[in-house]
Amino acid sequence: MTTNTALHTSDDHHDDRSDKTIFGFWVYLMTDCILFATLFAAYAVLHNNTYGGPSAKDLFSPPFALAETLILLTSSFTCGLALQAAYAGQKNKTLLLFGITFLLGISFLTLELKEFTHLVHEGSSWQRSAFLSSFFTLVGSHGLHITSGLVWMTVMIGHIIFRGLTLSTLRRLTCLSLFWHFLDVVWVLIFTIVYLMGVK
Amino acid sequence: MNNLPHVYQEMHGTLRSYLIGFALSIILTLIAYFFVVEHVFSNHIIDYVLAALCIVQVVIQLVFFLHLGNESKPYWNFIVFSFMLSVILILVIGSLWIMYNLNYRTMADMSDMQDNPSHNTHTSTGY
Repeated sequence: MTTNTALHTSDDHHDDRSDKTIFGFWVYLMTDCILFATLFAAYAVLHNNTYGGPSAKDLFSPPFALAETLILLTSSFTCGLALQAAYAGQKNKTLLLFGITFLLGISFLTLELKEFTHLVHEGSSWQRSAFLSSFFTLVGSHGLHITSGLVWMTVMIGHIIFRGLTLSTLRRLTCLSLFWHFLDVVWVLIFTIVYLMGVK
Repeated sequence: MNNLPHVYQEMHGTLRSYLIGFALSIILTLIAYFFVVEHVFSNHIIDYVLAALCIVQVVIQLVFFLHLGNESKPYWNFIVFSFMLSVILILVIGSLWIMYNLNYRTMADMSDMQDNPSHNTHTSTGY
């Protein structure tokens, strides 16, 4: 991903700066992984402590979670294609693909919020049991990341429209796409550990 | 294709790598889903199968989407990644180990208090 050879060969300062920015962003993502790991550990410890309330098996619907997974996976794919179009200098294609990614992200978030409101209306809110507290914290943190990713994507679409595909825009788009792929990886873990292992 | 600085060349995959990553991820997701819905495995084995499928898919996404291992020396991204992985393993395995032991010992205490079962109604319902 980052090439340190470029540090020595290039006389272009953008090179150096992009390299460091993207590496710095990578380090942030790795620390974010540790944040999610603590939440996963809390969930793994508490998932049986239902306090007589509903368990994962009673609450989660596999087809619903599968739909969420496929939507987020597709958005991760279109995000990668968008980055490629950006590097190829195809402005309209980049905008179209980031637009699709954004819409898929919004649909994912809508489904997640629908599930949350449904659970709360059923009386299975985060106050019901330790299991549900840890569930809402884990999946809610992921949802918050998705929300900030969508805000970021909106800003970047504005950047592309008004400033074009400059080097600094490309650097930011690279970070954004890393962030979005990373959220997809976290969701794969949530899908397996919370939903599939929960309803099995 | 373009005349961008060298540093940009390795930071995005090819169309082919994204297609492979996407196809494999979809296939693995659907396999895991059908294993669960169709109850292909017994409850003892399915956790291990799901964990294995999950790890494979995470590695695939790291390689094809996040381009891990696609960098040239000295592999700083990979070094940070490895450090993160060891922290996570200590954190998660340690937590589960300690809490399992704690649970085990408290449960053992509670089974001694047979005359007052109301104490352990909410400890662990299990699947």
